[in-house]
Amino acid sequence: MKKTFRIGGVHPHDNKISAEAAIEIFPAIETAYVSMAQHLGAPATPIVAVGDKVKVGQVIAEPAGFISGYVHSPVSGTVKSVAPRADIAGNLVPHVEITVEGDEWMEGIDTSDTLVKEIPYTPEEIIEKVKRAGVVGLGGASFPTHVKLAPPKDKKAECLILNGTECEPYLTSDDRIMRERPQEILIGGAIMMKALGVTRGYVGIEENKPAAIASMTEAAKAFPQIEVITLKKRYPQGGEKQLIDAVIRRQVPSGGLPIETGAVVQNVGTSLAVYEAVQKNKPLIDNVITVTGSCLPVQHNYKVRIGTPMSKILEVAGGLPEKAAKVISGGPMMGRAIANLDAATVKANGAILVLTEEETRRRPESACIRCSKCASACPMGLEPWLLNKLSRAGGRHEELEKERVFDCIECGCCSFTCPAGIPLLDLIRISKAEVMKIMRSRPKK
Amino acid sequence: MTGTILFTIACLVALGLLFAVVLYFVAQKFKVEEDPRIATVESILPGANCGGCGHAGCHAFAENVVKAPSMEGFFCPVGGNPVMTKVAEALGRAVEEKAPMVAVVRCGGTTACRPRTNEYDGYASCKVMASLYVGDTGCKYGCLGKGDCEAACQFGAIHVNPATGIAEVDEEKCTACGACVKACPKNLIELRAKGFKNRRVFVSCINRDKGAVTRKACSAGCIGCGKCAKTCPFDAITVENNVAYIDFTKCKMCRKCVEVCPTHAIHEVNFPPKPKIEPKPNEENV
Repeated sequence: MKKTFRIGGVHPHDNKISAEAAIEIFPAIETAYVSMAQHLGAPATPIVAVGDKVKVGQVIAEPAGFISGYVHSPVSGTVKSVAPRADIAGNLVPHVEITVEGDEWMEGIDTSDTLVKEIPYTPEEIIEKVKRAGVVGLGGASFPTHVKLAPPKDKKAECLILNGTECEPYLTSDDRIMRERPQEILIGGAIMMKALGVTRGYVGIEENKPAAIASMTEAAKAFPQIEVITLKKRYPQGGEKQLIDAVIRRQVPSGGLPIETGAVVQNVGTSLAVYEAVQKNKPLIDNVITVTGSCLPVQHNYKVRIGTPMSKILEVAGGLPEKAAKVISGGPMMGRAIANLDAATVKANGAILVLTEEETRRRPESACIRCSKCASACPMGLEPWLLNKLSRAGGRHEELEKERVFDCIECGCCSFTCPAGIPLLDLIRISKAEVMKIMRSRPKK
Repeated sequence: MTGTILFTIACLVALGLLFAVVLYFVAQKFKVEEDPRIATVESILPGANCGGCGHAGCHAFAENVVKAPSMEGFFCPVGGNPVMTKVAEALGRAVEEKAPMVAVVRCGGTTACRPRTNEYDGYASCKVMASLYVGDTGCKYGCLGKGDCEAACQFGAIHVNPATGIAEVDEEKCTACGACVKACPKNLIELRAKGFKNRRVFVSCINRDKGAVTRKACSAGCIGCGKCAKTCPFDAITVENNVAYIDFTKCKMCRKCVEVCPTHAIHEVNFPPKPKIEPKPNEENV
C-alpha cells in the first residue's frame, strides 16, 4: 500500500508532457533584470550602482531584515539601471538591470561537474553558506532556506523530508533534476540533515515519476540514512503539511508550523541549490523552468539564469502559438496567470505553462447544491462552501476565524472539484487575508 | 364531556389572568426608562440603516444624538439638511447646515483612453481582481469596472457603464453614505461637496506614477505636470505624488484649471456649455 495524506485531495489529470525533455542550458541573454523581491519577506537592498561591473555570482543586494535574502548577479556585465520594473502581476518592484558582457564568474565558484561528497562544515557554517548564497525554497513559496534550517530553540527537528512529489499537473522540472542529478540532491539533503542535527531523511516522490524514483533509489544506496518513499498520486501532496502527513503520519496542528511535527520539508530543487551553495560555493543564480503546454510544438526543460524575461524564454522555445489564450507562471492549480510577459524570472519560478482558450475556460457558475464535494476535497478539513458563503456575505470575520479560514493553503481543490463551477477559492483567499490581518493586529499574549 | 371542555377553558382563562397580573407588576417594577425623544428622533430619520452616519443603524444614531450635548459630529447623509434640521428642532438645538455631498469616481480612463492590455476571466469582483494583479489595463490605479461599488450601494446610485468600463454615479439618487468609498479596493471614490447647482470641478485621476508611465497607460490620466496648480488663483490645487488634487473647500469653480489641463484629466460637471469652446470628449464621467 503506497502512502498518501489522509484528508481530502483531488486527482487532476497530470499532463506531464514535458517529462522526456532533458534539461537544456538556456542560451545567453543580452540583458538580465534581477528582481529585489525574490524571496518571502522584505525586498533586498541593492548595493550596486549604475555603471558598476559585476561578475556572475557577485552579491548585488543584501537582505533587508531577518526574513529576507541575498541576491546575486546571474550574469557578468555592467549595471545599466536600478529602477522599479513590473513583475508578472504588473506591480512595480525594484530591479537591477544588467547588460551582459561575456560570462565571467566570481573567483572561488566551482563550475566543474565533479561530485564533492565530503561535508567538512559545522551546522553554523552550513547555515551561513546557505544564507550567503541566497538560497530560497524553490517549491514555490520562496521562503529563505537558512531561516528554515534554524528552527526556533523550543522546537526540535527530528527528520528532513525532501519534496519530490511535484503534484501539480504539467510541471516536470523536479522530475528532470531527480533523474539527471540524484547524487547532488542527496548530498544536499545530507548537508541539510547535518545543519538540522537530524539522522533521518526521506524523499517523497509520486508514483507517476518511475524514472525519477529509480534513479533516486539507486543513488540513495550510498546514503543509508535517507529513504526514498513512493507516494500515491494525489494533489496537493506537495503541500508541506500534506507531505508530512503522507510520509511520517503526523499532522500539523491548526494554525501551527510544520516544525511542530518535528519535520522540516525542503524541495528537491532547494536541496540541489544547497549542494551547489555549500560544496561548490555557487549562489542561486539559475533554476530549471519547464516550458510546456499542449499547444506548444516542442516541450522544454530549460536551465535559465534568473532575471531572464519570460517573453525571451517563450521566444526561444518557439514563440507563442496563435491558439494560446493564457500563460501561467507555475502549474494550473496554484500558478498565476502572467499579466506582463516581459517580467523577468525569479528564483522560485518553476514553469511557464501555455494554455488554450478551451483549456482555460471557466465553467458557468450555478447555485451551490450542497453536495459537499468541496468539503471532502479540502486537504485541510475545512468547509469551503461555508467559508465562501461567509465571505460573500461580507464582514463575517469572527465566524470565518471560527471556521479556521487561516488554515486554507489555497491549493484550489475546492474550486477544482465544485460541480456548480463556483470559484470558491477566489473569495476564500480574500477573507483569509482579511482575517489574518485582523489576527496579526491583535496584541500578543 | 362538556364538563371537561369547560374546565379546560376555565383553567386557561384563570392562568392567563394570573400571568397577566404577574407580568403587569414585573413590567412596572423593572421598567427601563427610555428617553421618549429617542423614538421621536428615530421616526424622523429615514430608516435606511445604511451606517453612512458612522453609527450602527438609525436607532443607534438616535440614541447617541439624544445623549450627546450638541449636534456636533452628527449628520445623516441620507436625510441631509432637512432631516437634520427636524432632528435639531425635536431636540431643541441649533444645527449648522452642511454642504450636501456626493460620491465622485476619480477615474477618467474610459475604454477608449485606457487600452486593455490583458483579459481578466476570473471571478467578477474588483476586490478579487485587485488581490490578484494590477488589473486589465496598464494603469494600476484605475477603475476595474467589476462593480463592487454597485453591489455595495443600497440606493442604486452607482453603476458601471459597459461602454466606458467605469463606474458612474447617479447624483439624483446618491446620498453620500460612503458605502461605495469603502467597497472600492482602488480607493477611487471620494465624497465631494455637491456644489452650487450641483456644479463640480475635480481631478478625475489618482494615478501616482510618473507622468511618462501614466501617459503610456492612459491618455486621460493626470501626469502631475502642475499646470493647474500654477493657474489656480485660489490655491485650491496641490500636486503630490505626481497627481493633482482639488480641495473643494477652496475651489471657487472658475474652471481655469480645466482649460489648461493637457490630458483633460480635470472634469467639470453640470456647467452650462460654454459658447465658444467645444465640449471635451470625456466630460460626463462622474
